[in-house]
Amino acid sequence: MAGFLARRLLNYVALIVVATSLAYMLAASALNPRSNYEQRTPPPPPAVVDARLDELNLNDETPLFQRYLRWSWGVLRGDFGRTVAGDEVNADLARRAGVSLRLILVGLFVGSIAGVLVGALAAVWQYGVFDRLTTGASFIVLAVPTVVLANILIIGAVWFNDLVGAQIFLVSGETTPGLEGGLPAQLFDRLRHLVLPTLSLSLGLIAVYSRYQRNLMLDVLGADFVRTARAKGLRRRTALTRHALRTALIPAATYFAFTFGALLTGTTFTEKIFGWHGLGERLIDSIFTNDVNTVAAISCLAAFAVLLAALASDLMQAVLDPRVRMG
Amino acid sequence: MTLPEEQLTEQRSAVAEAGVRVPSRGRVVAGRFFGSGWGRAGFALLAAVFLLAFAGPLVSPWSYTDKDFTAFMAPPSAAHWFGTLQTGADVFAVTMRGMQKSLVVGLLAALVSTALAAVIGAFAGYFLGWTDRMLTWVTDLLLVLPAFLILAVMSPMFAGGQWPLFVFMLALFLWMVTSKVVRGMTVSLKEREFILAARFMGVSPTRIIFRHVIPNLSSLLVVDATLNVSAAILTETSLSYFGFGIQPPDVSLGTLIADGAKTASYAPWTFWFAAGLLIVTVLAVNMIGDALRDALDPGSRRSR
Repeated sequence: MAGFLARRLLNYVALIVVATSLAYMLAASALNPRSNYEQRTPPPPPAVVDARLDELNLNDETPLFQRYLRWSWGVLRGDFGRTVAGDEVNADLARRAGVSLRLILVGLFVGSIAGVLVGALAAVWQYGVFDRLTTGASFIVLAVPTVVLANILIIGAVWFNDLVGAQIFLVSGETTPGLEGGLPAQLFDRLRHLVLPTLSLSLGLIAVYSRYQRNLMLDVLGADFVRTARAKGLRRRTALTRHALRTALIPAATYFAFTFGALLTGTTFTEKIFGWHGLGERLIDSIFTNDVNTVAAISCLAAFAVLLAALASDLMQAVLDPRVRMG
Repeated sequence: MTLPEEQLTEQRSAVAEAGVRVPSRGRVVAGRFFGSGWGRAGFALLAAVFLLAFAGPLVSPWSYTDKDFTAFMAPPSAAHWFGTLQTGADVFAVTMRGMQKSLVVGLLAALVSTALAAVIGAFAGYFLGWTDRMLTWVTDLLLVLPAFLILAVMSPMFAGGQWPLFVFMLALFLWMVTSKVVRGMTVSLKEREFILAARFMGVSPTRIIFRHVIPNLSSLLVVDATLNVSAAILTETSLSYFGFGIQPPDVSLGTLIADGAKTASYAPWTFWFAAGLLIVTVLAVNMIGDALRDALDPGSRRSR
């Protein structure tokens, strides 16, 4: 067992190293930091530009492999280099990681719980009004890309604010800058900023999870062990939650790992459109500003996050399924 | 003593049925597909979208490169059916052009990615051993690489009519999960009698994979290809939205939606036509995929 685990972790580390190196090579050869200086007026002398690019390890006249070696030596010591503006990538990303994490965690929490709940209820009332409504709604939501959904939410919120004549939903940023007031006012302000991005992130998750959970639950509802639970005198609610839902959750936990990658991409769009200063926003900006080191660092983080999600789904499966723990 | 009798009755019934035309599998599946409401509605919607995208520009007086300097940001009218943009471009013409691009990119990317998934999954599952380990590792690597970032970084290479490269890169990040499923099914298929028979007759492994393994997974692959169309359209739109996909002067639904979103509050026609048609297209493709799954495998309605 220990050997299996060690091999698996080693494989994960190898995957992260190769994925990050590939991302660095691709970014370093496709992006051109020199063009940032060419657009300035007056254009700085070439020698100054070269010296600056050399200092940042971004000079395209240095062979790619040499740049890669210098970069990977830094990464081995935990330093992802500097941005095109000369700031430390580590400090910049650490500040932004918190913003993204808050958004992802709230979105994931709301999305998975609501999705599982909607799916389970739809299965219990199969072919009822609720089932038909949620099936139709999830089909439509699955056809709307995050970028369109986010914009529809913003348009809807602006329309609603105009209608009631007050700023109920706030569509830009995480907090209102320079807001006076105590802790409750601050929290309320954050909440108003959080509603729309969370919706844009979790509606898709709810649609996916509810479809999946509904089908899993339908399989379980007809199973013998649920009938046995009812027959031995458990109330319907207890039998459904303790026996049926728990069993139906196990495959959904595996599915979690697959949706996590999509969630990361969805967060990127949501942050950019709603003006949250997180990792996703930095990712899109860094490609526009030819920021090679930041692009490589973010792809390393993304690879790490995807594998962490795979590990988490394995663990969740062990918690939910006694057979995995015993065997 | 019952065995010969059974064989005899089997032969008799076979002779009796020889005159009756047995419906082919294609006819049965088509019958089931068009028998379901989802299938009919999805097919009709997609056909309408295709007709609109490819026949619409023929009857429209404007082309997507035309600019009407007498009407900027004009609402829909008889001259401009969907209104005009800030530049004077006709919204109907550019939306149809964007839809053509999205449909073609989506269909091609789905075909390429499903083909990749089938071949790689089948080879990994059939040969096992080192082939399997290598291919599975590559699959995992592509799952770990952030697809959006790689495509975005490569976007300058897609400019100047290089969109086939864009289609290929899009497909390269869509095949992994299906290939894992195909691998698993190939492993169990490999032990079936007809594969063993072919192997002992000396048929080469490549031939077995292409003639016997992949055709037996066709129902999975058909459904997967359909769902990949919508996945590819959604990815293409998102990339183009941020300026990383289809490059100007060409247009795609993503670039139109990005421009339209800025002006949507006071000029709704710049946003809603493109967004609405995108949603209808993806919805139609998803409905067809769902109906196809039920038609190809009637038992799947319960198990999935």
